[in-house]
Amino acid sequence: MKKYIASRVGYMLFTFLIIATFTFFLMQTLPGSPFNDERLSSTQKEVLNERYGLNEPLSVQYFKYLGNITKGDFGVSFQFDGRSVSSIIGERIGVSAILGAQSLVAGMIIGLFLGIIAALRHNTFIDYGAMVVAVLGLSIPNFVLAGLLQYWVGVRLGWLPVAFWEGFEYSILPTIALAAFVVATMARFMRTEMLDVLGNEYITTARAKGIKEYTVIMKHGLRNAMIPIITILGPLTVSLMTGTLVVEKIFSVPGLGEQFVKSILTNDYPVIMGVTLFYSLLFIIVILIVDILYGVVDPRIRLSGGGRREGK
Amino acid sequence: MGKILSVDDLHISFDTYDGEVRAVRGVTFDLYKGETLAIVGESGSGKSVMSKSIMGLIPKPSGRVVKGTIKYQNRDITKISNKELRELRGSEVSIIFQDPMTSLNPTMTINNQIMEGILAHQKISKKEAEKKVISLLELVGITNAVDRVKQYPHQFSGGMQQRVVIAMALACNPAILIADEPTTALDVTVQAQVLELLRDIQKKMDTSIIFITHDLGVVANIADRVAVMYAGKVVEIGKTEEVFYNPQHPYTKGLLAAMPDLTIDQEELKTIPGSPPNLLYPPPGDAFSIRNEHALKIDFLHDPPMFKVTETHSAATWLLHEKASNVTKEIEGKQQVKKAISDQMPKKEIGKEKLLEVKELKQHFKGGKNSVIKAVDGVSFDIYEGETFGLVGESGCGKSTTGRTLVRLYDATSGEVYFKGVDIHKKNTLNLNKDIQMIFQDPYSSLNPRWTVADIIAEGMDIHGLYTSKANRMEKVYELLKTVGLAEEHANRYPHEFSGGQRQRIGIARALAVEPKFIIADEPISALDVSIQAQITNLLKKLQKEKNLTYLFIAHDLSMVKYISDRVGVMYQGKLVEVADSNELYDNPLHPYTKSLLSAIPVPDPEVEKKRIRIPKGKWAIDSEDCKLRQITDGHWVACTEDEVDSYRTKSEATALLV
Repeated sequence: MKKYIASRVGYMLFTFLIIATFTFFLMQTLPGSPFNDERLSSTQKEVLNERYGLNEPLSVQYFKYLGNITKGDFGVSFQFDGRSVSSIIGERIGVSAILGAQSLVAGMIIGLFLGIIAALRHNTFIDYGAMVVAVLGLSIPNFVLAGLLQYWVGVRLGWLPVAFWEGFEYSILPTIALAAFVVATMARFMRTEMLDVLGNEYITTARAKGIKEYTVIMKHGLRNAMIPIITILGPLTVSLMTGTLVVEKIFSVPGLGEQFVKSILTNDYPVIMGVTLFYSLLFIIVILIVDILYGVVDPRIRLSGGGRREGK
Repeated sequence: MGKILSVDDLHISFDTYDGEVRAVRGVTFDLYKGETLAIVGESGSGKSVMSKSIMGLIPKPSGRVVKGTIKYQNRDITKISNKELRELRGSEVSIIFQDPMTSLNPTMTINNQIMEGILAHQKISKKEAEKKVISLLELVGITNAVDRVKQYPHQFSGGMQQRVVIAMALACNPAILIADEPTTALDVTVQAQVLELLRDIQKKMDTSIIFITHDLGVVANIADRVAVMYAGKVVEIGKTEEVFYNPQHPYTKGLLAAMPDLTIDQEELKTIPGSPPNLLYPPPGDAFSIRNEHALKIDFLHDPPMFKVTETHSAATWLLHEKASNVTKEIEGKQQVKKAISDQMPKKEIGKEKLLEVKELKQHFKGGKNSVIKAVDGVSFDIYEGETFGLVGESGCGKSTTGRTLVRLYDATSGEVYFKGVDIHKKNTLNLNKDIQMIFQDPYSSLNPRWTVADIIAEGMDIHGLYTSKANRMEKVYELLKTVGLAEEHANRYPHEFSGGQRQRIGIARALAVEPKFIIADEPISALDVSIQAQITNLLKKLQKEKNLTYLFIAHDLSMVKYISDRVGVMYQGKLVEVADSNELYDNPLHPYTKSLLSAIPVPDPEVEKKRIRIPKGKWAIDSEDCKLRQITDGHWVACTEDEVDSYRTKSEATALLV
């Protein structure tokens, strides 16, 4: 197991290097520069380029950049004079993390619940109802849902605030907008997996032991159904991250996503690259966690290599 | 012996989109204390559904008990509450399923799985329960139980898993144990062990066993009484000897006749024509009448009641009615004449020409880190033109891999294969595939579900350009369909419209389409029901004669292999351990592995089964460098070292004298 994790971490770092290289060179191909302002004279531009190291050859810039990353230094923002990218990320990430975690947890709980109920009441109105919710959640884009929520719940009914971030009630609408997709994906997957697992002979065997139906579902059904569910946690987290870009902008939430969009509009290279790398790192870590979780839940994976078939 | 369970006029239906499927249609029987009642029937006969209903395990809401009672201790199981049912399950009635792999929860330790059943019914502490689990595992013959109890199912082999399942079922000392095909997924030698275990436990605990199977050999081995089910009904029930030696219902007779007899040479197996009826529209009268060539008029109109043959033996056939006694005699007369004719059939001829030569074939696969799986490890044999060479062995012995390597589905690690004197590894695969074709085990997954039968059959012809025009292509497809016993109109249908036996016929037609010389049949009948197996085996034999085909017949069912093969090779752990003429091999096995394998096959004869002594796997020098196939007597080869040859020769001569 340790060897497995070590090799996975190795791959992770390699993936990260590739992403860093790609973002760096992609940035270079973007038209324009951060100092596009017509009011700046060419000497002023030169001074600025000199100051931010933009006049050096590309290869030098690249290796300097990589070197700095290893020290956790993503450079200095062009937009906010003298502020390091790390400090910007640090300041903004808290809000995004709360929003993301809230959406993931709420979405998973509701989604799992819907999925299990749908599977247990297969081919009844409860099942169909849950699946209608799931299809709606998948097919309505989050920016549309965000707008609808703002208009109906925020403006027409006046129940909840429509923008900013000044307390828990401010987080409810953006969380719903983000979580809808999670609920839908979870519910659909859980239903399929649960139906599949409940058809297995070991469920009948468990029932034949005379244990309570609740125990059969929770102990024998749920755990086995959860194994494939874990794999979709990775992509789900990513979709949440990209979701925050738009949703934070719509609800004016001062999170990392909102900053990212702003930075793109102002060609603030270091921030764009920094945030991209930060997102990539998060993603890679999520995938690693998912892989490890997989082993924890499924003994067949955990013990492979160590577990050999014995007896005859 | 007292009655412990009585089932009376039980009807079970399933509601489907197409309508009501009447899976069980009026089943009545009693179970006595300490006996083993075998329930025999083909797939879809309702035997599994019926047995599950005894535990209230019919899948709801689609399945329901329409009518009838299941009485256990003055209670009707079909009517009691869920809570009462739960108390019954596991403590009074237990069940073992076919595949131990799927009936154990892969994410729970053995300990927890067995313990939860105990804790559900008995008020004892976890510690005590844990002790009980260990003693249960010891009871079912798992060594080192204290350590193994913490393991997960995948760490056990198939036979061991089934022992764990049995331990789980026995946890609360149930009065009734339902075994639903408990040995079908296991190898013969493991099957023999599990059967012995069940018999042992029954003796110790006085459990009543309902044993569901389609294998008549197993029935003869284990059952005290037999109930034969067909199309949701019990058509015959009686003591094992009565049913085997004096069968009354034409279906029972057909089933028994369809089994190959290991003791005599048969040119053709008796078959039951057709296939079981669709229970969505159960036919009126005796459901078997459409497949019964001697059916009476009344069979098509009225359901026959149970007629008593003796106190313990009864059968549902109008032939037992007093007015039908003349008819019975007439039918027997006809069968005698038929038998005489079939005995005069000419024997096929085997050429002297070697069609296939396999020399030191090795097929190794990469396992995990640095480990190599030696699936086939130095196998040599020849196959002569027109003969059938049988390859037998337990699962994982490398028999299927050998077959697949011969058609180059895998590229051999080393060794040579000559087909008509040409090395196949130098030959163009396209030409090779025209000469060598394969028939696969699973008729469901080996046909593309989105192709019509005509396209499936003609694909090989398409590739090799074997027809002149579209009309000619269809003509050839029609001809092939006719050859394998299907009709022209089947050509435009899709595989899902056919039964298992029909699909296997399509698979055979596909193999024949390119007019091959050599066919590798990889377990072609093991997925089929007994009565259908005989049909396919006969078809393969007939085709061989007509088209002068050569077969490599791979199977684990030794009785079928003996019947169809001229020579047989026995494989064990990637190596051939014995090769001989099929009769010679069965009458005079020399290698200890062959002996143990043969002693484990149950035969459908209760008298023989009573006297059976199983020979445990002996020891031999399989790892020795010098261990090669050596000729002991003419055409009889055994894997042994130089030193062992003489002892084998004397043994062989000794048995020859005895015979």
